Amino acid sequence: MVMQRLSGWGRTAWTVADLVHTTEVDVVRSTLGTAGERGVISRGLGRSYGAAAQNAGGIVLEMTSENDPMGIDADFDPMSGLLTVAASVSIDAILRMCVPQGWFIPVTPGTRFVTVGGAIASDIHGKNHHIDGSFGQHVRSLTLMLSNGEVVELSPKQNPVWFWATVGGMGLTGVVIRATIAMLKIESSRVEVETVRLENFDAVCAAMSADGADDDYRYSVAWVDLLATGASMGRGVLTRGDHAAASKVDNKDPLAYDPRLNVSAPGWVPNGLLNKWSIKAFNEAWYRKAPAKSHIGLESIPAFFHPLDGVNRWNRLYGKQGFIQYQFIVPLDRTDVLRKVIEKFSGAGVASFLAVLKRMGPQNAAPMSFPTEGWTLTLDMAAGISGLAELLSEVDSLVLDAGGRHYLAKDSHVSASAVRRGYPRIDEWMSIQEEMDPIGLWRSDLSRRLGLVDHRRSL
Amino acid sequence: MKNGVGVAQNVVLFGGTSEIGQAIIQKIVKPGVSHVVLVSRDIDAADMQISEVAERYPDLEVHHVRFNAEDAASMVHVVAEVVQQVGDIDVAVIAQGLLQEGVDYYANPAALVPVADVNFTGTMVLMYALAAQMRLQGYGKMVLLSSVAGERVRKGNSAYGATKAGIDGFALALDHELVGSGVSVLVVRPGFVTTKMTKGMDKAPFSTDADAVASAVEKAIGTSKTVIWVPGLLQYMFLILKNLPTVVWRRLPL
Repeated sequence: MVMQRLSGWGRTAWTVADLVHTTEVDVVRSTLGTAGERGVISRGLGRSYGAAAQNAGGIVLEMTSENDPMGIDADFDPMSGLLTVAASVSIDAILRMCVPQGWFIPVTPGTRFVTVGGAIASDIHGKNHHIDGSFGQHVRSLTLMLSNGEVVELSPKQNPVWFWATVGGMGLTGVVIRATIAMLKIESSRVEVETVRLENFDAVCAAMSADGADDDYRYSVAWVDLLATGASMGRGVLTRGDHAAASKVDNKDPLAYDPRLNVSAPGWVPNGLLNKWSIKAFNEAWYRKAPAKSHIGLESIPAFFHPLDGVNRWNRLYGKQGFIQYQFIVPLDRTDVLRKVIEKFSGAGVASFLAVLKRMGPQNAAPMSFPTEGWTLTLDMAAGISGLAELLSEVDSLVLDAGGRHYLAKDSHVSASAVRRGYPRIDEWMSIQEEMDPIGLWRSDLSRRLGLVDHRRSL
Repeated sequence: MKNGVGVAQNVVLFGGTSEIGQAIIQKIVKPGVSHVVLVSRDIDAADMQISEVAERYPDLEVHHVRFNAEDAASMVHVVAEVVQQVGDIDVAVIAQGLLQEGVDYYANPAALVPVADVNFTGTMVLMYALAAQMRLQGYGKMVLLSSVAGERVRKGNSAYGATKAGIDGFALALDHELVGSGVSVLVVRPGFVTTKMTKGMDKAPFSTDADAVASAVEKAIGTSKTVIWVPGLLQYMFLILKNLPTVVWRRLPL
């Protein structure tokens, strides 16, 4: 038994669990048999910001295969683009394998260091949600170990109810063992990106709306400066694009792919390094760097999709108290709420580095999947700010009153009632969850805080 | 569970009518807290004191558990009862205390027994019972109300001071023992606090109030601090007082 202190990527709310690292199905099964009443949760690369992949006092199955000397556990058919891969494999490993063969992961978040298992459990989304939907929509089938050790195959056709309960199910329906993903054909490893600077929030929203030709671009996202005030409140930099055609790439191997980490954040960072002033200076520089007139250029996959991976361990930049990431979505016609939220944060002097705005497409069939048609805004902030609990609770109310909700993979503070209000299909999901896990084995710190599973069920 | 902004979900106050304890609850109950359990001898009094907080947070559930702080061995059952009502104990504020005034221990030495039972023996049993539960949870914080009276025990306050000295040392050792378990102890050493317990007593220098103690706890509870002094200056004052030669110490007008 290895008792280990764990947190999410935000480095808050640390708890201790018995950590079992394995990628072996038999070991997973035998570990389930040793579980006590604190249950089990699986964990990948620990990129969810809050408590989704930790389980205080229970077992955490760490399923990563980053350093596997055997290489990647995957079968890839470069003709059909179907990739069958172990859940422990990361998007990073998949890209290294598939990009040179002309295929790309259909959905990627802002970091490539997430596992396939985690991507399914959180039903992650990327800059192409308005066109391609979320990760679960590209999973053709998956195998899942249930709490009794049985492995079942699920797909949108074969047992769709269990399949969609697992997509976005935060690991609470079972352990994903393998998945088959339909990859996206690409001609080059470059992205043709249009960058434009927009002087205020209205301009950003207008450019990103469906009328603003946003649907012509596969990828679209805006960075918003939350510290700008007055006439330039909510100014931003909009980047949109698609994979570049081979003919556009001035390189003898248009599919060459070499993601390298640039720099690491130091192991120790003074608290308060990221403060209102440093972030303001950064935001100003970032905004000025973007061209005032629309500009088209080629960018690499890491530069366009994974800017966060440019600095290894960037989560340490917030110092000892860690940080929280606040991501919510509101319906398309509620840009007024986005404004109010931005005003609330800037009024309270909360500085957020890299606030990101994105218009999302329609929701998929998963009851607990986060994305739904609307605007999603993501901000991060130091966790130690005084009065943050009260401020966030006010913002939560604005979001929920507008019919919005919070992204569970990022969440580290909302209440059980906020999730009930935001996810109207939660009861349906909970009854499927109970059917899939009658003994109540799957538990996490997140599920305890949010009452996602009935913790009175005993093992 | 504690959330990402340091708010614990289930908070338990042992010594539910303690003014300092209630003041701490006032400060640490924030959006996100779902259950507060008041463990007290007098449920009605405890309930009246919490009513203001309960009104502010309509979603908050307030529970009551009755206990007799003098019955040290019963603490095991008290903890079990709390767990049965709310599940995990994320934060436990340990505030029960007995301070006797004007008792002639020469005439009635047996009167010392309840002081030791409440302040020392019962609190020790309680803290181990809590530690056992919190270790299973993989997370938990105990906040022990100690006192500067234990730093250098003085005449006239020998029983209270000695029990506080004992429990303070015990709590620090327990915290050490719990390293790596996710469970920790915060020892709070206030100076003279003006409350109902000290009503009518002469104020000592650097006296403080329940609110100031609560604010200090609120600030420290999310950090890795093991000991706090209220007011903070007392730490340095006692560094001197503790090391004074006995001849000088005994002459001080304390």
